[in-house]
Amino acid sequence: MAKKKSKEDYYLASQWTLMARKLKKHKLARVSFLILAILYIAALFADFLAPYGLEEFDGLYKNTAPTNIYSVYEGENIGPYVLKITKSINKTDFTVTIGEDLSEYYKIKFFVHGTPYKILGFIPCDLHLFGVGEGSKGGTGAKIFLFGADSLGRDIFSRVLLGARISLTIPFASAIISFFLGILIGSISGYFGGVTDIIIQRIIEVIGAVPQIPLWMALSAAIPPGISTIKMYFYMTLILSFINWTGMARVVRGKFLSLKNEDYVMAARISGVSTWKIIWKHLVPGFMSYLIVSMTLGIPGSIVGETSMSYLGLGIKSPATSWGVLLQEASSVTDIASHPHKLIPIIFVTITVLAYNFLGDGLRDAADPYK
Amino acid sequence: MEALKNFFRKDLVQYIIKRILMFIPTLLLISILVFFVIQLPPGDYVSAHISALASEGELVDADYAASMRADYGLDLPVWQQYIKWVKDIIWTPTDTPYYRLYHSHHNWKFSFAYGRDVWSVINDRLGITIGVTAIIMLFQYLVSLPIAVYASTHQYSVGDYISSIIGFIGTAIPNFILAIVLMYLSYKWTGSANVGLFSQEMLLNGVHLYNFGEFLKRMIIPIIVIGTSGTCGIIRSVRAQMLDEVARQYVLTARAKGVSEGKIVMKYCFRAAMNPTVSGLGGVLSSLFSGSTVTAMVLNMQIQGPVLYKALQSQDMYLAGGIVMVQAILVVVGILLSDIALAFLDPRIRYSGGGR
Repeated sequence: MAKKKSKEDYYLASQWTLMARKLKKHKLARVSFLILAILYIAALFADFLAPYGLEEFDGLYKNTAPTNIYSVYEGENIGPYVLKITKSINKTDFTVTIGEDLSEYYKIKFFVHGTPYKILGFIPCDLHLFGVGEGSKGGTGAKIFLFGADSLGRDIFSRVLLGARISLTIPFASAIISFFLGILIGSISGYFGGVTDIIIQRIIEVIGAVPQIPLWMALSAAIPPGISTIKMYFYMTLILSFINWTGMARVVRGKFLSLKNEDYVMAARISGVSTWKIIWKHLVPGFMSYLIVSMTLGIPGSIVGETSMSYLGLGIKSPATSWGVLLQEASSVTDIASHPHKLIPIIFVTITVLAYNFLGDGLRDAADPYK
Repeated sequence: MEALKNFFRKDLVQYIIKRILMFIPTLLLISILVFFVIQLPPGDYVSAHISALASEGELVDADYAASMRADYGLDLPVWQQYIKWVKDIIWTPTDTPYYRLYHSHHNWKFSFAYGRDVWSVINDRLGITIGVTAIIMLFQYLVSLPIAVYASTHQYSVGDYISSIIGFIGTAIPNFILAIVLMYLSYKWTGSANVGLFSQEMLLNGVHLYNFGEFLKRMIIPIIVIGTSGTCGIIRSVRAQMLDEVARQYVLTARAKGVSEGKIVMKYCFRAAMNPTVSGLGGVLSSLFSGSTVTAMVLNMQIQGPVLYKALQSQDMYLAGGIVMVQAILVVVGILLSDIALAFLDPRIRYSGGGR
């Protein structure tokens, strides 16, 4: 009886329910989705989660490795605390030795007041998830740098979180733009055929033939210097969409060619349904799942691309910060030999790219739920 | 002999001619796109040059700037600049005394920063760029095809997972970081970071048989960095194709007839799965040019990527345009060759007309 019920359930369920069900079975895709969700939420509330602001710096902490967190002070467990660092310069060979000032401890506190910011861009607030308070003897100046500090003494952890806003959303926003561009142009090409199709196909072929990074570099060089962060963001998104829409258009066109001679399309046309309505109501939903798959699989390439461009100074430029900008600090062998902690942002790039890839694979398996 | 005769059959020749004719409008469109892109940056080489002079304390009056613009033809309407550009790309009599006298600075394919012909700047590194790309491409296929065949015949085995993880990591870590980390490891283990394709000695004496080993050693990091970024894509698509083929009816038939498993996989499935791989060759070439551009800058390789980067920074637009154009042409030629190879492999394509 129960078996029959589930079978009935299966036949009655919509395509999307079946896809969701199949996706849930794909373990790697589920984990990836969770990781991506955490990353995006962290980026949304980056101001709150990051102990310091984007440009907040402390000259004392230049290039320091991640701060050590202790819990036992003079034989007593007092909960997590950090120590202030000391710097001493050897007067003969000018090497800098970094030590810790053991005389007082600084407890790690939660919900501390710090740099003011605006929640979601409009609610003013200065609360941060964690931070370092006053020292046990009233001293100040200790900092907590979970991922260490960069060459100006800025907190890499805070900058990774705040940079995620740009690094995670530019590829996503451009994927959505190229998604609509691709559907629009691909459907025109596939549905009308003839000369329109030939012209659009040539254009797609041409954009596809020019190697991506050189094209990207040439386009990024066109971004005027000294513009606001928002404009820079807008330009980068446009460049990415311009490069990416062709792949989507090709998929859409292929699907159109195979679907437009189906009986149901003919029936709709005979009943007098308008061309646009046929495209949007009857054809596009038929292969929406495939489009979402190719959109998801296109995002990782954009993330790596944006990172590379920003790293070369051709994409997002300081003071705006993305993961690529953070990695500029790790641009030579000496950098990573003496300050390996500057490679930490790469972990985030890699995790995001892998998660999108696995999620895309899971979606692809789920895209055809009747298989 | 039979194969050769087959190759020159009328329908195939017609197909090739048709494809080559389609090549011409594609190139024209590419040139328009490239010209449009190099026109986008605000200002031009003259304004960049003047601001560089101004920063050194030299004052430049407006007349001088205007005459410089007129010299370079930068004062013409955009469409006229484009036509001149294309004309000069196709044909400029560079070796006549007349040209040397009057045209050295009036040429639309003139590199401002290098002070000489764009083609000669590109030519300096064209051979080595193609050579390096070819070596890396060979490496990609030699590594990814066996892995893909193994992964598809042993689906969900340990080897399948390991190969896909390696492939994924190759794509997930941006090239430039992988290059730096490998340089660091190489420095730590061998005492030399192996930067650049040629040693000092090779630059003086050229690459010969006796120092070819050193050259190969210097190719290891570029091969790993650029190669692994593409192997994943190839493994993924070939594996999926193979899985499709292995499930076909004819495999069952062959197996029932007692054909050996190795023969089924290699002679039938693999051959069928190769078709989409061959047609993807152009795309692989394009992604290799992309990948090598950034890596070359980090590794200081003597190929075209770094030249392009510098040209873009100094707004040396004809050089930048020339390099992007050459790479695009190489990719289109790659697509053309792969289409012809595909038509040879799969007769159905010749009749349906479309390549991909």
